[in-house]
Amino acid sequence: MKKKFVVVVFMVLLMSSCLMCGCNKADENSITVFNYGMYMDPEVLKIFEEETGIKVKYEEAPTPEELYTKYKSGAVKYDVLCTSEYMLQRLINEGELQEVDFSTLKNRDNIGDEYFDMCKSFDPDNKYVMPYFWGTVGILYDKEKVHGDVDTWDVLFNGEYAGEFIMQNSMRDAYMVALKQLGYSINTTNEAELREAQELLIDQKPDVQSYLVDEVKDELVAGNATLGVVYSGEGYYAGEEREGLVYCIPREGTNLWIDCFGVTKDCKNVDNAMKFLDYLCREDCAKINFDYVKYASPYLSVIETMTDKEKASSAINPSKEIINNCEIYVQLPQETTDLLNALWKELKAE
Amino acid sequence: MNKRSLWSGPYILWMIGFTVIPFCMILHYALTDRDGAFTFRNLLAMFEPVHLKAMTVSVEVAFFCTVICILLAYPLVIAMKRLGLFGKSYTILVLILPMWINFILRLLALQMILSNNGVLNHIFSILGLPPHELANTRTAMMIGIVYDYLPYMIVSIYNSVADIDDDIIEAARDLGAGSLTVFFRIILPLSVPGLLSGIVMVFVPSMTSFVTANIMAGGKIQLIGNIIEQEFITTMDWHLGSGLSVILMIFVLLSMAFTSRNDPDYGMSKIW
Repeated sequence: MKKKFVVVVFMVLLMSSCLMCGCNKADENSITVFNYGMYMDPEVLKIFEEETGIKVKYEEAPTPEELYTKYKSGAVKYDVLCTSEYMLQRLINEGELQEVDFSTLKNRDNIGDEYFDMCKSFDPDNKYVMPYFWGTVGILYDKEKVHGDVDTWDVLFNGEYAGEFIMQNSMRDAYMVALKQLGYSINTTNEAELREAQELLIDQKPDVQSYLVDEVKDELVAGNATLGVVYSGEGYYAGEEREGLVYCIPREGTNLWIDCFGVTKDCKNVDNAMKFLDYLCREDCAKINFDYVKYASPYLSVIETMTDKEKASSAINPSKEIINNCEIYVQLPQETTDLLNALWKELKAE
Repeated sequence: MNKRSLWSGPYILWMIGFTVIPFCMILHYALTDRDGAFTFRNLLAMFEPVHLKAMTVSVEVAFFCTVICILLAYPLVIAMKRLGLFGKSYTILVLILPMWINFILRLLALQMILSNNGVLNHIFSILGLPPHELANTRTAMMIGIVYDYLPYMIVSIYNSVADIDDDIIEAARDLGAGSLTVFFRIILPLSVPGLLSGIVMVFVPSMTSFVTANIMAGGKIQLIGNIIEQEFITTMDWHLGSGLSVILMIFVLLSMAFTSRNDPDYGMSKIW
């Protein structure tokens, strides 16, 4: 009996010591960063680690919803995180982000003021988040396979390209497309409008080749599809990978999104976190990230040094008129979110 | 407390940490709502049309995949029985070899083969056949599932068939039985234990293989596993997700009870 007790105690000790070293490490000179996948050049992390001696623990999630779930589960304590405006709004409302003073950043002047203004819709006093990248959602198409110009969401609904196009497999983006096609706001809380969008999407489903997230671009590059709904940066990248792939922003307007970094309420070492944010908007790091991600950058040094090709691209450098025609997502009230979740499940089960 | 039970200590700890505690947590989530109040709503949610539909599709898909696996496995197993020792181990190796590679990688490869511009359609065009749009269909998904789980079926059935004494088959032949009679009156009845464990090993995971559905069917088909995944990851309704999981678990346990009742020793001796 005694022996067994010893074995059990030993094992409990072993297990808890494993858990303990996991915790201890977090307190040392390190920082835990949470970001979307493929959204930061590893080179920047290396530069930061080498120059400051602060170790970066880097974690990724594919969508805002998954990022939120992983964050909320509390398994890992994150210091800084990057996500999209409506999710940031939710985190701010839930008190998950802490107030910081961005004027203390050495490179604060490298961030264009209009991008802080964009954030005012969910962070009115600009005290929670720092812009990182922004962009639009549009249609990527294969110039050789489409008949005529593509400049409207209607091509995804009129049956012309049945079986040849890919929709976004993420709830809000899917409904955004239908709502814009119908001429409604992408932030509508009107049940009738949402149900109308649902009908449109259900009718569209047999024509959809597939619902994907990150692979839409790859499928078009591989020539498996003619059109796909993508984020602007992917649209630009696809054009680089294969000539003849063009990104367009439909004339009905679309979603303008902005991804920002914020400091979490659990962050113990705010100095380290701020140092990290400062690096992101430092000229050289901002440039490395821009070349890696290819979304529109809010950093002035990057905007000034863009190539002519980048400046001419509506994916990286959309015109003011296009921007004015776009809407930023706001966080929907719980009952609308519940309705959307139910509709989305129904659509996917169809 | 003898020494032998001491050695099972690590495994018991493992079970407690990774089976018993998580299961209790799921049960707790399943029986409460967002405010923590007791409710049966999450369990009864399985009978909502959306969930019932996904469940029906899952059972259908799993059923057909199991049948296809059985039809593919038996001829191979009978052929293997006639092989020599070297041939047998060689065939088993070939069967198990792909399982050394992560199944998601294999599915991605399969997806590329079946895609519109993929290898298969390329071969079709060389042969002058019309292209097939297999990618992102239910057929593609079932090909993926069968591909994943076929080895389990083959190995389970093989274990039973290998145990059948050759003398019995020879005796039957002596008495004038043809191949069909030998199969239906001797091989099939004597391999029932292996067949049943094969069915359990194919049917149950087929029903919930949400990754296969996502990759091979392009997000167009919802198995019950996809719905549970969505509840946990996107919707963050862990209560509903847990409720559906519990019902699914009950369903799986019932089907296992049904098959193992007829199966005294599970026929898991030769390879596993």
